[in-house]
Amino acid sequence: MTPRTRTGARTLALAGAAALALSACSAVGGGADDASDEPGGSAGAAVGTVTLVTHESFALSEGLLEQFEEESGLTVEVVQQADAGALANQLVLTKDAPLGDVVYGLDNTFATRALDEGVVVPADVTAPAAEDAAAYAVEGDDEGALTAVDYSDVCMNVDTTWFAAHGIPEPTTLESLLDPAYRDLVVVPDPVTSSPGLAFLLATVGAFGEDGWTGYWERLRDNGLKVADGWSEAYYTDFTAGGGDGPRPVVLSYASSPPFTVPEGGTEPTTRALLDTCFRQVEYAGVLAGAANPEGAAQLIDFLLSDEVQADLPTSMYVYPVSSAVELPEEWTRWAPLAEDPFEVPAADIDAHREEWLTQWSDTVVG
Amino acid sequence: MTTTLERGRPAAAPASGPGGGGVPLGRVVAWAAAVAVPLLFLGVFFAWPVAAIVGRGFVTDGTLDLGGFADVLSRPRTWRIVGQTLTQATLGTLGAVLLGLPGAYLLHRCTFRGRGALRAFVTVPFVLPTVVVGVAFRSLLVEGGLLGGLGLDGTRTAIVLALVFFNYAVVVRTVGGLWERLDPRAEQAARSLGASPWRAFRTVTLPALAPAIASAASLTFLFCATAFGTVLVLGGRQFGTVETEIWVQTTQFLDLRAAAVLSVLQLVVVVTALALAGRARARTERALALTEPVDAAHPVRLRDPLDAVAVTVTAVTAVGLLALPLVNLVVRSLRTPDGWGLGNYARLAQPADVLRVSALDATVTSLRVALDATVLALVVGGLVALVVSRRPRRPAGRRAVAGLDALFMLPLGVSAVTVGFGFLVSMDRPLGLPLDLRTSGVLVPVAQAVVAVPLVVRTVLPVLRAIDPRLREAAATLGAAPGRVLRTVDLAVAVRSLGLALGFAFAASLGEFGATSFLARPEDPTLPVVIFRLLGRPGVDNYGTALAASVLLAALTAGIVAVCERLRSPGVGSSW
Amino acid sequence: MSDGLGVRDVVVRYPGAARAAVDEVSLDVPVGEVVALLGPSGCGKSSLLRAVAGLEPLAGGDVAWDGVGVTGVPVHRRGFGLLFQDGQLFGHLDVARNVAYGLAGTPRAAQAARVAELLELVGLPGTQRRDVATLSGGERQRVALARALAPNPRLLLLDEPLSALDRSLRERLALDLRDVLVATGTTALFVTHDHDEAFAVADRVAVMDAGRLLQVAAPAALWSRPASRRVAEFLGYEAFVDVPAHPAAAPAAVRALVGALAPVPTPGTTLALAAGAFVVATDDAHGVAGDVTVLRSRRGRTEVVVEVPGAGRVTALAPAGWSCDPGDAVPLRVDAAALAALPGAWVTSEQHTGS
Repeated sequence: MTPRTRTGARTLALAGAAALALSACSAVGGGADDASDEPGGSAGAAVGTVTLVTHESFALSEGLLEQFEEESGLTVEVVQQADAGALANQLVLTKDAPLGDVVYGLDNTFATRALDEGVVVPADVTAPAAEDAAAYAVEGDDEGALTAVDYSDVCMNVDTTWFAAHGIPEPTTLESLLDPAYRDLVVVPDPVTSSPGLAFLLATVGAFGEDGWTGYWERLRDNGLKVADGWSEAYYTDFTAGGGDGPRPVVLSYASSPPFTVPEGGTEPTTRALLDTCFRQVEYAGVLAGAANPEGAAQLIDFLLSDEVQADLPTSMYVYPVSSAVELPEEWTRWAPLAEDPFEVPAADIDAHREEWLTQWSDTVVG
Repeated sequence: MTTTLERGRPAAAPASGPGGGGVPLGRVVAWAAAVAVPLLFLGVFFAWPVAAIVGRGFVTDGTLDLGGFADVLSRPRTWRIVGQTLTQATLGTLGAVLLGLPGAYLLHRCTFRGRGALRAFVTVPFVLPTVVVGVAFRSLLVEGGLLGGLGLDGTRTAIVLALVFFNYAVVVRTVGGLWERLDPRAEQAARSLGASPWRAFRTVTLPALAPAIASAASLTFLFCATAFGTVLVLGGRQFGTVETEIWVQTTQFLDLRAAAVLSVLQLVVVVTALALAGRARARTERALALTEPVDAAHPVRLRDPLDAVAVTVTAVTAVGLLALPLVNLVVRSLRTPDGWGLGNYARLAQPADVLRVSALDATVTSLRVALDATVLALVVGGLVALVVSRRPRRPAGRRAVAGLDALFMLPLGVSAVTVGFGFLVSMDRPLGLPLDLRTSGVLVPVAQAVVAVPLVVRTVLPVLRAIDPRLREAAATLGAAPGRVLRTVDLAVAVRSLGLALGFAFAASLGEFGATSFLARPEDPTLPVVIFRLLGRPGVDNYGTALAASVLLAALTAGIVAVCERLRSPGVGSSW
Repeated sequence: MSDGLGVRDVVVRYPGAARAAVDEVSLDVPVGEVVALLGPSGCGKSSLLRAVAGLEPLAGGDVAWDGVGVTGVPVHRRGFGLLFQDGQLFGHLDVARNVAYGLAGTPRAAQAARVAELLELVGLPGTQRRDVATLSGGERQRVALARALAPNPRLLLLDEPLSALDRSLRERLALDLRDVLVATGTTALFVTHDHDEAFAVADRVAVMDAGRLLQVAAPAALWSRPASRRVAEFLGYEAFVDVPAHPAAAPAAVRALVGALAPVPTPGTTLALAAGAFVVATDDAHGVAGDVTVLRSRRGRTEVVVEVPGAGRVTALAPAGWSCDPGDAVPLRVDAAALAALPGAWVTSEQHTGS
């Protein structure tokens, strides 16, 4: 009767399907580069693929990983997480279906948790530097599930130029920061939201003992302590010498930070680490329980302990290699010395008290 | 000759449409698909992961354990945090709406030179990663900074200002999108009846805008209530919210029990806010007399008191609140160790010593991911808006449609941490498929799309709802099948707001760093990730490059929004 | 009988409404005929129209074309065009693309020719490229009419298409509309609340009230034989006089009214008086008089509202140039052309308290 017999429903359905297909293609297309050289993903356990789970700071100089891939025949897939603390907890959560084969970047504040939860399993690490690494082993990790790869000292840094210009002597120790002369001059990142912040909290626990550290923080707070959210905020916004021209000349950072403050054309850094205020962070690698490619994972740990990588660590990740066989860059030996006697807290204690200490810290400082 | 079913068969789809009586099977299937596709998307990529992670908090040794409630709810700290969340979100919403309304008027109802540029500019803050806002905002407020004398650093005022900074564009664009299409004659009628400009605005225009304002306010409230980085960077944890507390409990303490209770608490707050906003919208939403945008806009008249107020408020906001931090960012990005220059920008093209990708490579990655996310968000959000724009005859159908609308707002109100960790525990075998999505990179655009969908819905829906249903009927009586009605009426009209939605979704995806920062990401970093990494390293060069990259991200956003604005010109729209 | 539109016992019910909007209405519109649905606002005429179009679901009854039920046929396949009160032009399309909207699937050249033809027909030649926003109200409705007619609908439904326009335009367009519908041989159902418009456009008029159909008839028949007092009221009859059992005892005006009709109405019948049922007489010969309450002029003719004993307040026509003062008593005579006799017995049962 009527000439119009087009089925609108079909048009709608087709349009919807086409749009979906398009978006699906596009979405998959977005990851196509990765998919093509990683057939099947980690679950597929394709021989020759090893997935490294690490934190956001992981980086190696150009060519190193490629060289390893070439020599080993393995394909390395790197999966990164934003935060070291979150990384440990994510590994605990996913231990029944691990995110990859090997983890790198668990530090001594979270190592015990990873061990206790069975996130990592002992690996056969054969690199010569493994002997050096053993010196940093986690207490109680007798089977060597975690292999130390690098370490760094979290210390107060001071803007030497600022102190010279103001004619105030630089502080030297934790106690000296309580001096009224340093009122409103110190900034630290929040230990709850920042991993160097937590390291410094541990330094005070190590220095003043479980009973004394809160008292120290009370007095630090009363002396005009500023707590920033993270390391970036503290260093770049609040610190005088970070580049952002902030107001505070004392900041919590690393012993390795000063070399980065050598001015263009200058010969001396404008900052210095206070080596009597340090806590040592050690970063570990380990084969994940349930890894699809444990052999590849062990090879990757060997690679991380190789001289090439160990020598590259200072420039690529600003950390000190565990290996004694490699030489540090010249500016490190000159301007980034390590603490001779950093404060220590046993890893097991950290794990047992982390939440309690952070809560106490919050109650004391944040209120 | 017809393939239709006899009437009396119940319509399976909630939107039986105006055709009523006999609903053809094909149409039922199409509508069912229009409902099912978004639901499936939301179910798989939001509801399931959230349920999985929250569920873990309530299950101890295989049995349900709700003891966490008593424990967490009895802590005074919990209630202080809930109070702070509500206070800050309310203040932020209030500020954004109060400042945003004059902005929406000026940018969408008036014409003046540079309007397009200003429109694009105000969107920039919305997409800046918080770590950049930290630099841009805090370096102004910090002691010795340009505004250091105000003593705002680390105060609640600073947080609220930053929340307004972020969400100003949400209000301007959501309200402006409707406002520019509002028939000006109603207001003119009121003026002719002796109403002052102010009274005409208050009694005629404001009520007509109410649905868009409610929409914008609920969006802003959700953004503010779940603001995470902003709160921590600018105020610190003494101003902690439910969101920051969930973050601490989950990522630092792995106390899933407390996190689950807090997530439920957050959900209650969000659902309550959504319900209130939904009621406000329902009360005020109606078919409005809409016109083409061009007709309604007039050149700015400074003598008109409304225009004068709008110009003043917007100028102060744009310069004082929006431009100052951004200019600060640009100025700082131009500062190099050897004085002023483009050195930081030159470094964008080179891979930073150890990042292995240049900021430009990361830009390409960002654009690609954002494009995927935008397409996903437009498809899913467009379908949701379409379904929700229908007014089924039966009350049950209307309730279902309203529920669907609220459901897709939830992702904005649920903690990014909860979603991110939820992905980790659910996406190793999604739907039982042997496909580990957690490390595939697919989840990055998906997570961004989940957040962008509500933006698309909120932008497109008011326009679709304002279409006179008789326009569709006219098309149907001219022989247009439902598909053609959809294409020639709904889509043709919606396409005008689609540019807006597109720009919004794209911009949101481009800057999104919340949920994705908890995802396992493959090596190709996006621009926000590169900025984050650069700012995580010491060194003036890294700092400068990060700022230059932030300016690039801001400029990119502004550019994309400006291009999307162009898409809305009538010439393109009428090609449907 | 089965040619064209057949509406059988159609019921339309809105959710939550106590009463059906359309209550078991039956109506036929043969091919080529224009039928007006006349009734006060809210009487259900638009609901009936929308039900015929397929825009409202039927709660009962059936709609058929050429004897074939179309109840299950969706709107767009019925081939029924619909013209809205406010045109509902597509704001994003120009005039030509609006008119061509229903011509999808036709070759472009044929479309253009058809568009030109229809724009010519509705008196808007050469407006193809105009933006619809620049059209006046009358032009919009003309474009809407052209658009509705373009696909050659087997039935055109018009929902108060002229009521948004000003009076003179409305009257002119009503005639144009009639011409266009006749010229195109279009079968049409035309909803209006204006009886003049209905009479000007339609071949037959269906009067609706409170959801029910009261009467269907050609304009002349409807005017002279309204089926009930309600219908008469709606057509503009302004006074009603019952024929008394004993006319001799009735007032002079009643006697004159009864006497004017042939055959003489039987007692119990009600007489309906339209404006002009009484005419101002030049002499006293008729024995009827009324007191003038209002004197007014309409389109050059003088009218008086008079209070007539036994008939009430009625409008009487006066000769051109005639004048008097309010309060004067004027002689009147009866004009049978403005009188109608209502079937008395069932008047009360058909009466509805309108909505």
